[in-house]
Amino acid sequence: MAMTAEQAVPSAAGGAGEEELQERFDATIARDQRIEPRDWMPEGYRRTLIRQVAQHAHSEIIGMQPEGEWITRAPSLRRKAILFAKVQDEAGHGLYLYSAAETLGVDRADLTERLIEGRQKYSSIFNYPTLSFADVGVIGWFVDGAAICNQVPLCRSSYGPYARAMVRICKEESFHQRQGYEMLMTMMRGTEAQREMVQDAVNRWWWPSLMMFGPPDDNSPNSARSMAWKIKRHSNDELRQRFVDMTVPQAEKLGVTLPDPELRWNAERGRHDFGTPDWDELMRVIKGDGPCNAERIERRRAAHEDGAWVREAAVAHAAKQSGRAGSGAERGVAA
Amino acid sequence: MSDDHVYAALAEGHEDDTRWAYGTGFEDPLHGVDTAVPAGVDGAELAALCLELGDDALVSAQRLAEWTTRAPELEEEVALANIGLDLLGQARLLYARAGQVDGTGRGEDAYAYFRDAGDFRNVTLAELPNGDFAFSTARLLVLSSWRLAHLQALTASPDPVLRAVAAKGVKELTYHRQYAAEWVVRLGDGTEESHRRMRAGLRQVGAYLGELFEAHDAREEVLAVLGQVADTAGLPVPEAVPGDGGAGRLGRHTEHLAPLLEELQSVARAHPGATW
Repeated sequence: MAMTAEQAVPSAAGGAGEEELQERFDATIARDQRIEPRDWMPEGYRRTLIRQVAQHAHSEIIGMQPEGEWITRAPSLRRKAILFAKVQDEAGHGLYLYSAAETLGVDRADLTERLIEGRQKYSSIFNYPTLSFADVGVIGWFVDGAAICNQVPLCRSSYGPYARAMVRICKEESFHQRQGYEMLMTMMRGTEAQREMVQDAVNRWWWPSLMMFGPPDDNSPNSARSMAWKIKRHSNDELRQRFVDMTVPQAEKLGVTLPDPELRWNAERGRHDFGTPDWDELMRVIKGDGPCNAERIERRRAAHEDGAWVREAAVAHAAKQSGRAGSGAERGVAA
Repeated sequence: MSDDHVYAALAEGHEDDTRWAYGTGFEDPLHGVDTAVPAGVDGAELAALCLELGDDALVSAQRLAEWTTRAPELEEEVALANIGLDLLGQARLLYARAGQVDGTGRGEDAYAYFRDAGDFRNVTLAELPNGDFAFSTARLLVLSSWRLAHLQALTASPDPVLRAVAAKGVKELTYHRQYAAEWVVRLGDGTEESHRRMRAGLRQVGAYLGELFEAHDAREEVLAVLGQVADTAGLPVPEAVPGDGGAGRLGRHTEHLAPLLEELQSVARAHPGATW
């Protein structure tokens, strides 16, 4: 249970020297083939992946909170079912991703501890509050949309288990994105108060969504190495640009304004120009001073600690079961 | 997979894969079912039964939703949400049927969002706060065993819609009961603490059995399940306390229902005339 990141290094060395293993690894990356759990990999590659996949898993789990707040209050049974199912999908994504991380020799419980102790991060976007039901739609549209831009290229990530998890996750995220947008379309056809709720939510989530792509390329310390290893396939700024280009026509169709006076089409580049996000704010949120950082971690900690006796009971029962099975004293109901 | 255009990329490749959580694999339980009220069936009585069962399901789903982000393990997040979604789906079908047969033509949301606590007919066990995971799973075992027996009986209802809804529900509740039974056994057998908590959970739930059996007499089925599960878990079988006439079914609720509904209905009631 208490395996650490530094244990359980996959060892398929088969007698080859470090240099030869490195050459084989480099050749696999160069041929755009996948690294699999039993393959030799450089320690830095493994650590970078653990950091990225764990951070991604944590984001799915913490990301359940801002929207999960609204399941009990969703204003129609149809929206309630859609939102309940979406938040459930996020728990499922967290599970796939923790499983992918476990193929690198870490343990889910250990990663959860690191999250709770603040030693591993999650996406900064989830540290903003959800103030109205329109936020649920805007999160679907922007946050799931940004996640898709970030993650579709990861379906070709060089690490096999991560890439395969991303295929499934991206399909579900794209469904969530369309559901969010459809909800906003419905609200925009509703009352004046509903249209105001949507615009207000757009105003609050636009800049934090642009920050989801991370710091600008000239200030992104881990990017270059991750791109060389093909863990990551496009730069932060390139992905941010794609998101803006994809979202602007959707905003027009919806009838909302994006809160950026510098946003305009640049015919020469064939792309949109847009303003600069407040990078100081991003750094503050990443460092723990966002509006909801403490609250999010506290909820995760409380759930984990309150559930400890349940997990211990499950382990104790399983041990007793196998003891009884061994002594032929198995009883009635399978559990 | 090319990622030059993210949406185009998403559409590639996996068209034949039916394992995705959306798009495929769903069946409309009412497909091809005649929705006219059959001769000899009293519409008002049928609507009342649909509301009772719909309210049980909606209130239970609301309590299950409260576990979201608070469950002891991620697998339990997924499972409890599954069960909550099944019950929410049952509530929607039952409310829709009530609106068809009570003469008002109301939709599902009218019943969920625009009735007050005194108009709800759910059994009071469903509305109690979640308590700990032991109480929640003990309650789930009892409610799902009882509802399963009730819906099994309704698969022979003279109303074809209710028959179809019941048939769908039977499959779902069989899983809910199995999930709950596994946890009652794990916790009863697990550690001293979990045993103590599950014993307390079952005792608490036992006090509501009388009300359940007044509402639908599934005494035999429910006590058989409870007996088997409690025995496997090394726990005493909870005793059924005689009911006082089925308080929830008469609209007499605990102090816990009104705040539950206030939360559930808050956004819908704050925006009259809105469409969602």
